[in-house]
Amino acid sequence: MTDFAAVRRKLWAVVLIVGFFALWEVLCLALGVSDLVLPRPSQVFATLFERLPILWPHILQTLMTTMIGFVGGVVIGVAIGALIGVSKVAYDTAYPLLIGFSSIPKVAVVPIFVLWFGSGTVPAVLTSLIICFFPIVVNVATGLATTEPELEDVLKALGASKFDILWNVGLPRVMPFFFAALKVSITYAFVGTVLAETVASNRGVGNVMMSASSNFDVPLVFAGLFILAALGVALYVAFSLIERRVTGWATRRDDFAAA
Amino acid sequence: MTDALMPLSPARGGAAIDLSQAAVIFGRGAKATRALQPTTLRINDGEFVALVGPSGCGKSTILKLVSGLIAPSGGVVVVGGREPSAKAARIGMAFQNPTMLPWLTVEQNVMLPLKIVRPFRSEYRAKRKTEFRDRAHALLDQVGLKGFAAKYPWQLSGGMLQRANLCRALIHEPRLLLLDEPFGALDQFTREELWGVLQDLWLLHRPTVLLVTHDLKEAGYLASRICVMSARPGRILDDSPVEFPRPRTVAMTFEPDFVALNQRLRARIVEARGGSEELAR
Repeated sequence: MTDFAAVRRKLWAVVLIVGFFALWEVLCLALGVSDLVLPRPSQVFATLFERLPILWPHILQTLMTTMIGFVGGVVIGVAIGALIGVSKVAYDTAYPLLIGFSSIPKVAVVPIFVLWFGSGTVPAVLTSLIICFFPIVVNVATGLATTEPELEDVLKALGASKFDILWNVGLPRVMPFFFAALKVSITYAFVGTVLAETVASNRGVGNVMMSASSNFDVPLVFAGLFILAALGVALYVAFSLIERRVTGWATRRDDFAAA
Repeated sequence: MTDALMPLSPARGGAAIDLSQAAVIFGRGAKATRALQPTTLRINDGEFVALVGPSGCGKSTILKLVSGLIAPSGGVVVVGGREPSAKAARIGMAFQNPTMLPWLTVEQNVMLPLKIVRPFRSEYRAKRKTEFRDRAHALLDQVGLKGFAAKYPWQLSGGMLQRANLCRALIHEPRLLLLDEPFGALDQFTREELWGVLQDLWLLHRPTVLLVTHDLKEAGYLASRICVMSARPGRILDDSPVEFPRPRTVAMTFEPDFVALNQRLRARIVEARGGSEELAR
């Protein structure tokens, strides 16, 4: 694709996204929708800037909670995924357990965490952790299972240990799967944090939204939604950029080969 | 020829590979299948032996026995004076699928065994930019891949990948090279070209080679000895030396002696398939 076409494509995306908000604004005005039902984007942004000093600590709280839960989820997810991908026994044991576990609605486990750890940050971290580690486990295990048997034979005949194969072949091969999982997981992690914050916390964006909605401060509820969406998009973009550097080989990118 | 690639130490005499009454059975009980009949095969140091036979006859099973990837169900397998255990053997392997790692350049792919095999692995960090890389480049030159070291595998054709695959199999100077239909997926002309490449490599480095192939012409061109195997469960039906002078050429494969050898082996394989079907005519 030429540079011109690429720029035009990006431009179109920006126009369409801005157009989406404009359409929302215009429709609300034209149909006379009350801001108690659906606030206009301009109202939401105005509220956002007005209340930013008050919102800021909550944003940091939610971001920190999510990142801790997410990092924990990634570490545990990679460890379990690697174990399942390498050992048949672990596969047979852990998969049914994991699938059963991930089928449980997470809102049902928040009270249990509160029971164990009290309300506050810890249940939020744990909720975001358990909600985001499952995609990572599945993707890492799948990636490891796709190692070519011939290559494994070549390396075993050289005296490679299981760890050698995992380190030199398995883990690099998993990278594209891993990043695909990260991008899904980071959005899940926010869902988990906010879920726990709305149920059992007095801090965080989820809690702000909860109290705002009980005060019928709908623009503030939407401001909270916008913040969460923006955080999610920002982290998604960050991982996409890292991914392009690390796994350019998977998409056979020419700029990767030239680097 | 370069100094980076010293030929292997001369043959110490004696057998590089010694199978005596080695048999392989997969599974157990009623489901057991006999993959290899008790087989006796002696291959001397520096020999180039081709194993030919109908598909599923146990050719690849013999390779796996020799490489230590599977253990015999009966009999004895001795490689380089000891039982093949992956830990000790210096074996190079190449399959039909070149299995280059897509995240590494060709040169890094070729150097992969040096990351694994003792004693190179402990020196890998120190020498990967100097001695080891020179060695990889020397090998790549020998197979006609000069200038492709920094490319990624997806930028190479199937024939070029297979050349790189041969380099990877030889980079750690194995005494034993095991090839499982390495050229099976290539077109006829590329395949003939690579016969020449492999012959040159063998003449230069002189490893013991065990080549599994379907292609009788390939076997005749490359091998110093051809073993014909029967249909499953496999056993060795015929063991003939190939005396044509080296370096051999594709033109030689059309000479009467070569054609006669080919036809004789072909007849044995048709017989081995248990058929006097139209193939024999």
